[in-house]
Amino acid sequence: MQPVIELLELSKSYGQHTAVDGLTLSIHSGEIFGLLGPNGAGKSTTILMMLGLTEPTSGSVRVCGFDSTRESTEVKRRVGYLPDDVGFYEDLTGLENLLYTARLNQIPRDAAQGRAEMLLERVGLADAAAKKAGTYSRGMRQRLGLADVLIKRPEVIILDEPTLGIDPEGVRDFLRLIQELSRDDNITVLLSSHNLHQVQRICDRVGLFVGGRLLAEGDVPSLSKQLFGEEPVAIEAVVAPGSDRLVDKLSQLDGVIGVSRRDDSRLHIACSEDISAAIAQTVVAEGESLLSLTQKQYGLDEIYHRYFAGGNTDDYQMV
Amino acid sequence: MITRWFKGSSSQKAGHPFWVIVQKEIADHVHSWRFIILVLLLALTCIGSLYTAMMTIREAVPKDDSVNSFLFLKLFTVSSDKLPLPPFITFVSFLGPLVGIGMGFDAINSERNRGTLSRLLAQPIYRDYVINAKFVAALLLISVLLFALGFLVMGLGLIAIGIPPTPEEFGRMLCFLILSVLYISFWLNMSILCSVRFRQAATSALSGIAVWIFFSVFYGLLVNLIAGATAPSQAAGAESVISHQQFVQALSRLSPSQLFSEATVTMLTPSVRSLGPLTMEQIYGAIPSPLPFGQSLLLVWPQVVGLIAATMVCFAASYVLFMRQEIRSR
Repeated sequence: MQPVIELLELSKSYGQHTAVDGLTLSIHSGEIFGLLGPNGAGKSTTILMMLGLTEPTSGSVRVCGFDSTRESTEVKRRVGYLPDDVGFYEDLTGLENLLYTARLNQIPRDAAQGRAEMLLERVGLADAAAKKAGTYSRGMRQRLGLADVLIKRPEVIILDEPTLGIDPEGVRDFLRLIQELSRDDNITVLLSSHNLHQVQRICDRVGLFVGGRLLAEGDVPSLSKQLFGEEPVAIEAVVAPGSDRLVDKLSQLDGVIGVSRRDDSRLHIACSEDISAAIAQTVVAEGESLLSLTQKQYGLDEIYHRYFAGGNTDDYQMV
Repeated sequence: MITRWFKGSSSQKAGHPFWVIVQKEIADHVHSWRFIILVLLLALTCIGSLYTAMMTIREAVPKDDSVNSFLFLKLFTVSSDKLPLPPFITFVSFLGPLVGIGMGFDAINSERNRGTLSRLLAQPIYRDYVINAKFVAALLLISVLLFALGFLVMGLGLIAIGIPPTPEEFGRMLCFLILSVLYISFWLNMSILCSVRFRQAATSALSGIAVWIFFSVFYGLLVNLIAGATAPSQAAGAESVISHQQFVQALSRLSPSQLFSEATVTMLTPSVRSLGPLTMEQIYGAIPSPLPFGQSLLLVWPQVVGLIAATMVCFAASYVLFMRQEIRSR
């Protein structure tokens, strides 16, 4: 099947600085794809290139079968884009703002009116439809932005940091809405974020983006396999008293790749397979007490800390 | 291009996106305080200059020949030593730039700062629609405004002095108004250029006003300075004096306000026969009568072309600058 969004060796540099470096990526129809990366990783630049709002230095972007650089109007007819910190005409009401967008998309007036009202209802702004957009809160603006994106019946929606600055409750609603859209209307969603929890919650696939390069892509389990291939299983054992001898013994076990201490009694054991039983036996055989033994799943948190923050690997947190 | 826009608007129900933007821009302008203030300012101008004209037009009536006096046009040009108010023509050349700058200085950067530009450009429109539509909308409004004011002055003058304008006077009047629209559109484009270039609306407005003040105050001084420094000696022949004079004139004509005032004075004062130096031989034998309309038009043609060129340069610069810019959100 032809991918909906296809990036091929895409690069963008500003003078000496390379914002996006040889990015190749395909996103398929109906997917929710999360572009995850720290600030300044080149996510927004990539999105701008997909919409033809900035020209790539080299490489090509195809969205819905159209070249974004050359046929950007065709692309923009099919793609809805919600910029981060979206702005509206403040002296127009929310409804009027939507109608303006509808008219720019050449939707006939009465059809636009009905659709705008329906969308305002859907994003929960029906009560605020007649209020000036200047009085909207950040969360309301973001929801109005989503309605604004949807009014042209897009095949693809691209959301740039959509949850930035919304309260947790609002974020949950917003993400649920995106999920519904993807499921019910079969809209392909690309969202960029630096918040891994949100991305993990709704995305089918995730691309990790650091320093203009795509580090890895895939769903969360396959991603952790990709990134933690050499140590697919992590086991955390809390032992007392936790002597150095025990650590030595443990590291000599078959299947153990490395043991590190988080503190006196907490041990982090990286293994090639699940050997919880062997670990438990060893601890008991050494005459120490085993207080807890948990197998950790690598979530995006680990990935995040390991690859973005570049912090030390012992500093993982449980997901 | 224009025909395509028109076709688009007639064949599709929802209207062509270009005219949608134009419509919205006009609505925005009309509803804004800024526009109301500009209208008030221009209306005051109109009343003030009309008042001057009323008070002094009696003196302007020539004693001998009342047929060829173009008395009606004097409504726009007479000034008085007793009243401190300049005539309409001076008012327009002074306030016109302000109107142009006022309508354009935040055209692009306000959209950028409000975060609406990236949303607007994510719609299926070409990027140049935005800047073209903003220009067209402001130009339409300015034209309507100026023509309304011009006709208002004419109408009031008609009531007050009771002499109807001849067709020629009316034609000259129309030319004057078209010239004024052209002149203001130069300043409009200049301020749109500033609004593309500068992020802050205040910087953009200030730089527009700086250019305006430079041309209306300092440029004349500068030209005088250069003229004084390069003046030929007393003993120099006529030819060198003339060539110096032409050089100075060419310098001063680099300023759009100079072009505008030369063009409008010629249009509204038919007795102006030449805009350059004339030798005695050229004047000798000439009949001291006003120029016909066609000849006046011919006389100001270079000025008009110059104004159009200056406008185009500003527009092209802002166009190129805008097309190359990257549209980031806020």
